[in-house]
Amino acid sequence: MIRLPKDLLGLQELSCDQINLILETAMVCKDIFKRDLKKVPTMRGKTVVTLFFEPSTRTRTSFEIAAKWMSADTINLTVSSSSVAKGESFVDTGRTLEAMGVDVVVIRHSLAGTPKLLADSISAHVINAGDGAHEHPTQALLDLFTIREQKGSFTGLEVVIVGDIMHSRVAKSNIWGLSKLGAKVTVVGPPTLIPPGLERMGVRVEHDLDRALATADVVNILRIQLERQAKAYFPTLREYSRLYGMNPERLRRAKPGLMVMHPGPANLGVEISEAVSVDPQSVITRQVTNGVAVRMALLYLLTGGGNKDEVLH
Amino acid sequence: MKYCIKGGEIIDPAGGYLGRGDLLFCDGKVVAVGTNLAESSDAEVIPATGKLVLPGLVDLHCHLREPGREDEETVASGARAAVQGGFTAVVAMANTDPAADNAVVISYVHGQATAAGFAKVYPAGAITKGLKGEELAEMGAMAEAGAAAFSDDGKTVMNAAVLRTAAEYSKLFDKPLLLHEEDRNLVGDGVMHEGYWATALGLPGIPSLAETAQIARDLLIAEYTGARFHFCHLSAKESVALIRRAKECGLAVTAEVTPHHLCLTDAMLEGFDPVYRVSPPLRSEADREALWEGLSDGTIDAIATDHAPHSLEEKHREFSLAPTGMTGLETALAAVWTELVITGRISREKLVERMAVRPAQILKKTGGRLRPGDPADLMIFDPDCTWTVKPEDLTSRSRNNPFVGRELRGRVERVWVDGVLKYVHQSFTE
Repeated sequence: MIRLPKDLLGLQELSCDQINLILETAMVCKDIFKRDLKKVPTMRGKTVVTLFFEPSTRTRTSFEIAAKWMSADTINLTVSSSSVAKGESFVDTGRTLEAMGVDVVVIRHSLAGTPKLLADSISAHVINAGDGAHEHPTQALLDLFTIREQKGSFTGLEVVIVGDIMHSRVAKSNIWGLSKLGAKVTVVGPPTLIPPGLERMGVRVEHDLDRALATADVVNILRIQLERQAKAYFPTLREYSRLYGMNPERLRRAKPGLMVMHPGPANLGVEISEAVSVDPQSVITRQVTNGVAVRMALLYLLTGGGNKDEVLH
Repeated sequence: MKYCIKGGEIIDPAGGYLGRGDLLFCDGKVVAVGTNLAESSDAEVIPATGKLVLPGLVDLHCHLREPGREDEETVASGARAAVQGGFTAVVAMANTDPAADNAVVISYVHGQATAAGFAKVYPAGAITKGLKGEELAEMGAMAEAGAAAFSDDGKTVMNAAVLRTAAEYSKLFDKPLLLHEEDRNLVGDGVMHEGYWATALGLPGIPSLAETAQIARDLLIAEYTGARFHFCHLSAKESVALIRRAKECGLAVTAEVTPHHLCLTDAMLEGFDPVYRVSPPLRSEADREALWEGLSDGTIDAIATDHAPHSLEEKHREFSLAPTGMTGLETALAAVWTELVITGRISREKLVERMAVRPAQILKKTGGRLRPGDPADLMIFDPDCTWTVKPEDLTSRSRNNPFVGRELRGRVERVWVDGVLKYVHQSFTE
C-alpha cells in the first residue's frame, strides 16, 4: 500500500505513485462541492495550524476551508517578519505549537528550507505552503490535478512554464511533479530569470515564448513579482509584458486548444491580460476550486487516512 | 630531558629526511635525525614503529573568537583543538569583537596563547580599522606587538584604492596580506554556490564570479605594488586557473584551500543543514577536482582550516539566517588524509609540504621542518587508525564541524610543542 511521508515538504521527494494517490483521493474529495451540506467528520478532533510568515490570502483560505469541511479545528497564526527581527526563535515557535498538541502545521515562509527545519524539530505533520524559491507542493498538486482533469493523461503532454523561474517555488514544484508524471516541460523567460542547472532537472529552456507555445498543450503563467524590476532583472514591466505577457494575439498564434493556467494572484495587464484570464481556454478559477479538493486529500492522507473511499464518510 | 622517537617513518621534506629512523630531541630542539639513535643515547624512548613522524602542522587561517565570543571559542580552547589536530602553530584572524585592529588586542591574544601553552598562536592584525575597508589600521604598532600577517578576513577590501595603499604600506613590515576574496555586489543575498543545487533548493546563489572577479583585480594590485598577497580559501575552479596563470607569469603570490572545500560539495546542502553554510560556499564537484589539481601542482601552496566556531543557537536555525563557517582544526589532517592521501591524489610528502612547510615559509616563521636545531614541534601520526568523528570527542567550544558522523582514516597520537608533550591519545597534558 502506498503511504505518504510524515510531512509534505516538496514534490522532489515524492514518487509518481504517491502523487497519483493524492490526485485520486482529491478526485473523491471534489465531490463535496456538489453537496448542499459541505461537512464531513473525517478529521474531527484534529487541529490544523496555519503558520504564515508571509502574507497570503488564497493559499491560507484554501487550507482553512479544506480543514473545516473535514471538521478539523483550525487556527491561523500570522507571524510578522518583525518578530523574526526581534529574535524570536523559529525552532522555539515550532516546539511551542507541538507542546499545545497540534496535529498538522501548514507553514509558509520567505526563506527556503524552513519547513524542513520545522519538520525535523517536531513530530506533528508539516505541510509546506511555500518556502522561498524552493517549493510550493500543494500549488503544483492542484495544477497537476487540473491538467489531468482536462487532458486525461500526462504522457507526451507539452507544458510551458513562463516567467520568473529563478524565484518561483511554483515553477520548481511543477517541474518535479510534471517530469515524474511523464510530461515534457519547457521553461520560458529572460536569461536573467532562468537559473543554472535546470537541464539537470529534466526541463528544456527557451527564451522565445511564441516559439514555445507553437507546440504546447498547457501554459502555466507565473506571477511576476513587481519588486524584481527594482533589482534590475528586466528593464521595465512594459518590456516584460511585451516579451512574456499572455495576451489574445499571442493566444491566437499558439497551438489550438492551449490550456491557460495561472497560480494567482495575477497582475492583470502584466504577465496576463484580463481578456485571456477569462477566456474559455483559461482554467484559473477551476484551479482555485481544485485547490480545496487537493488540500482536503492531503490533510486526510497525512493524518492517517489510507482509503480514499472513506474520505467523505 | 632527552627524548627519542624510535622506528617511525619520518616525513620531513623540508629537512630532507624521508624514511624510517629515530628522532632525538632535547630542551625544545631537534638534536638529531637518523638511524639507531636510540641505542647510543640516554634518552627516554618513545616507540613509533608503524607510525609516521611529521613536523607539527601550521594553520594559516583560523578564528579563535577571543576577545568577544568566548562562548564560541577562546584562544586557549582553540589552541588545544589545534594540538588535537596536529597543529603546533595557528594564525588567529582579526575579526574578533573588538577587532584586532590595534596593538592592544594583538598583545592580548598573544598573552592568552602564551598562558594557555598549547599550539603557538600568531595573531593577524586587521588591514583596516574595524575591518571596514576604509582606513588603514596601525600595522606598525601591531607588527611590533606580534602580528604575523594582516587580514580583514571575513570581509573583502572592496575599495581598490584602500587595498593598493595597504599593499604598499605593508611592505614596511614584510608581512603577507591574507585576502578574503568575494565581490560583495556579486554575492548579493546569496547563501550557497550558484548552480544546480541552489536552483533545486531555491536558495539564492553566489556565483564563482564573485570570487574570481575579486582575485583577478587583486592579482593586478599585487603585480602593481609588489606586495605579498596570499589568497585565502580558494573555492572555484576559475580561481585556481587565475592563480596558476599569475604564478606562471612570475608573480610572487600564494594561495590556500580548506579541507572542507577539498572534501565536500554543494550537494551536502540538500537537507538545508546550516552546518554546511560557509563563506566562500562549498562549490561543485568540478570545482573540487580543480582544487585537488591546484593543490597537487603547487598552484595552491597551503591547506588552511578556516576553523570558524559558532554557537548551537546561531547555527540551529533558518539556513539563510545562520552565520557562515565551520570548525575543522581537530579533523583537518584526518579529512585530507582520507580524501586525498589514501586515494593517491597527493603524496604524503606533499601533504606535509602543504600543511606545514609552506605555511611556515609564508609566515617566515620556524616550523614545518625537523633538522637539528629546529624547534621540536612535531607529532606521531597513526596512518591506519579508523575513527568516527563524534561531537563529544572534539575540543573546540563549538560543534559546527561538517565531518561529524563521518568515518576518517588517520589519527594524531602525540604532539609536542617546543619539545613539550601536549597531547597523547585523546588527552591533553597540562
